[in-house]
Amino acid sequence: MTITTTRPAVTAHDRGSTFTGTGALVRFILRRDRVRIPVWLAALTLTTVGTAQSFQDLYGDDTNRAQVAETMSTPAGLAMTGPAHYLGDYTLGAMMSHQMLGFMAIMVGLMSVLAVVRHTRAEEETGRAELVRANVVGRHAHLVAALAVVAATNVVLALLIAAGLGGLGMAGITWSGALLYGAAHAAAGIVFAGVAAVTVQITEHSRGAAGLALAVVGVAYVLRAAGDVGDNGLSWLSPIGWVQATWAFLENRWWPLLLAVALAVGLVLVAFQLSSRRDVGAGLRQPRSGAAAASNALAHPIGFALRLHRGLMFGFGVAMLLLGVTYGSILGEAEDMLAGIDAFQDVIAEIGGATVAESFASMVMVIMAIIASVYVVMAALRPRAEENAGRAEPVLATALSRVRWLGSHLVVVLIGSVVMLLAAGLGIGLSGASSMGDSSMVGKLVGASLAYLPALWVTAGIAVLLVGLVPRAAALAWIVPLYAFLVGYLGQILQFPNWMNNLSPFGHIPQLPVDDLDFVPLLALTALAAALAVGGLLAFREREVNVT
Amino acid sequence: MPALTDAAISVSGLDKSFGTTKALDQLDLTVHTEEVHGFLGPNGAGKSTTIRVLLGLLRSDAGTAAVLGGDPWRDAVALHRRLSYVAGDVNLWPNLTGGEAIDLFARLRGGFDRKRRDALCDRFDLDPTKKGRTYSKGNRQKVAIVAALASDVELLVLDEPTAGLDPLMESVFAECVRELKAAGRTVLLSSHILAQVEALCDRVSIIRLGHIVESGSLSELRHLTRTTVIAETARPADRLAELPGVHDPAVHNGQLRFDVDTEQLDAVIGYLHSLGIRSLVSQPPTLEQLFMRHYGDDLNADVTTTRSA
Repeated sequence: MTITTTRPAVTAHDRGSTFTGTGALVRFILRRDRVRIPVWLAALTLTTVGTAQSFQDLYGDDTNRAQVAETMSTPAGLAMTGPAHYLGDYTLGAMMSHQMLGFMAIMVGLMSVLAVVRHTRAEEETGRAELVRANVVGRHAHLVAALAVVAATNVVLALLIAAGLGGLGMAGITWSGALLYGAAHAAAGIVFAGVAAVTVQITEHSRGAAGLALAVVGVAYVLRAAGDVGDNGLSWLSPIGWVQATWAFLENRWWPLLLAVALAVGLVLVAFQLSSRRDVGAGLRQPRSGAAAASNALAHPIGFALRLHRGLMFGFGVAMLLLGVTYGSILGEAEDMLAGIDAFQDVIAEIGGATVAESFASMVMVIMAIIASVYVVMAALRPRAEENAGRAEPVLATALSRVRWLGSHLVVVLIGSVVMLLAAGLGIGLSGASSMGDSSMVGKLVGASLAYLPALWVTAGIAVLLVGLVPRAAALAWIVPLYAFLVGYLGQILQFPNWMNNLSPFGHIPQLPVDDLDFVPLLALTALAAALAVGGLLAFREREVNVT
Repeated sequence: MPALTDAAISVSGLDKSFGTTKALDQLDLTVHTEEVHGFLGPNGAGKSTTIRVLLGLLRSDAGTAAVLGGDPWRDAVALHRRLSYVAGDVNLWPNLTGGEAIDLFARLRGGFDRKRRDALCDRFDLDPTKKGRTYSKGNRQKVAIVAALASDVELLVLDEPTAGLDPLMESVFAECVRELKAAGRTVLLSSHILAQVEALCDRVSIIRLGHIVESGSLSELRHLTRTTVIAETARPADRLAELPGVHDPAVHNGQLRFDVDTEQLDAVIGYLHSLGIRSLVSQPPTLEQLFMRHYGDDLNADVTTTRSA
């Protein structure tokens, strides 16, 4: 007789849960980000405390603040900052909530999105997640661990900001307000972490996932801008609108943050659902097969570069168009809003003949051009990414010269820069013309948008020069849009000196349609861009192709 | 171009450092026209670095290199029209199909033959409609091989081309290399698969620590290596160990087993003959042994030589 023993079936306990291993992964993430997280926390806290300090220095007395409140009540001022409710009692605290909360929500969103993507989709894309998942690690462990760390980071940030601001002991900055102000940051960060949790399930590429989530951050900002200028409730569609609706340092209402928490929980549940439906490393869409042979266009270096860039160019172009349409739609309201107010006739006179809508549009143009420069940097660094991925080497081992290879990418970046500004200009022009009932705006605004081309070309030139000359530091090209954004945004609030504005290529572009068209700076910037690009191409011709 | 007829690749005294790491150290390499040349060495010996210099992707620190009579750095584009390259680690674009990638490489190089390309896809059993991200390692390698073979070029530079291929596909590849040789093409085949080099190559260069330690035809290299002898003799071979050129003598069940330097073979067999040979098996060195001599036991021999000198 033979005795057979059967192993008992796996018990529920042995089976573990889809969260098994989360704790170990949390420690792993903290280890990997032991520098990154403290740097983000320190930078954001110091920005907040430093801004509050300079507000006190610049606007310490009531008359100063009243003046600021008046300039801020223009459509341009409201679009850039927050709801007009804060202007009623413009204490230093209210100034912080009004002017800084929207900007900081973007920054916190950036931090949270990048962190979630880095520890989920980027891990899958590189194949490292597969190694980890082959161990005793549950299906949702990566996502939960990433979200736990990001949520905790946001809570710590909230406490640091509250302590930093409360500790200043300024008039108008109460402890209860500081706590809510900090919590508003955490709420924004956690919502956008939830957004990223969903986008990383959708696309296979970490860059796409981050781009999609950051686009949501951008849409949230634009929605609240449109809502605050038009006073039409649109702000309630935006998480950034919610955190700004806390009236921190004024009435201190906490309940809008509940909306953010509820949305974050909902998003995370959706993310779990989506991730249960897909394979490790895969997106939601199954890969399809494609053409068996290359088209004639693909066999040409420029056609080839265009093929690699077209997804980014199309996606970003659509985003620019929508951005323009949104801003354009509030042009008419901006005009109406101020038409009957006498006080603004002086302001308009000061601007020099331009209408309120035109001055608003010219400010929006700078913002849209800086956003377009984000595309330019992403696209101009693409050849470096190709090199890093080991895909440049076999191409350069064909009869394609280095200069033609890098030059083809550059040509596509230049085409893309025109696409971006044309899309943004047409968007704001067409929707602005219809909201104002003035068809002459189309041409004016498209022209105003295209005037920023030389600034984008300088940005591209800097990126290409870095790729050619110091490839390892090519990511430094990000400084251009970042600096332009900081100078453009904080510079106006904190009154940076003029030379800081002049360091940015965007500072030299005539602000059409308000300013007169001056070709001298445009030509000078174009010449500079050409010199930078040629320098980059020549440097690339002389350097080795390194795959590391 | 005077060097064209006799040497497709001629390299001398090549140095290349990455930071403090010396990747190539006085490397000499000659590949004759119309030969299949094996470039043999362990991982990290400098094979890929040498090939990248030959393709003008890296610049050497010192020494001279000529490919098809031209300067690989200065004349890169002109030379690349006349050569094909397969990298050991093929990275494809995730959203381009294999067929598109093949055409792209072949058409950027020039001399693209559509019929030949389709025939190669069939031979290698490659589906050209799949996106790059869905290919396995072996299939990515096939894409690179088909792309390289689809153009009619004078020189093929193949850097561990069969990594990840299954044995069936390896034999298809070997067939292709033989056809290239028959058609009078020159092939530089880098590999660490000894059997492959042994089966395909006319001449071999062995690289170790960035330096060519041995170069020649397989038969020339065998002169430098040891033959393994297994013999039984009527009388015991007491003095065997004292003979010059004999290594590692051992006795198992009355059978003698030892290695002997090829130039001493005659004298040693003569000695065995004097003892009355009952059985004799002699094995020519395999490439494995040849390899071991440079990377294995011969290291010790080098050390002893230096000490005794």
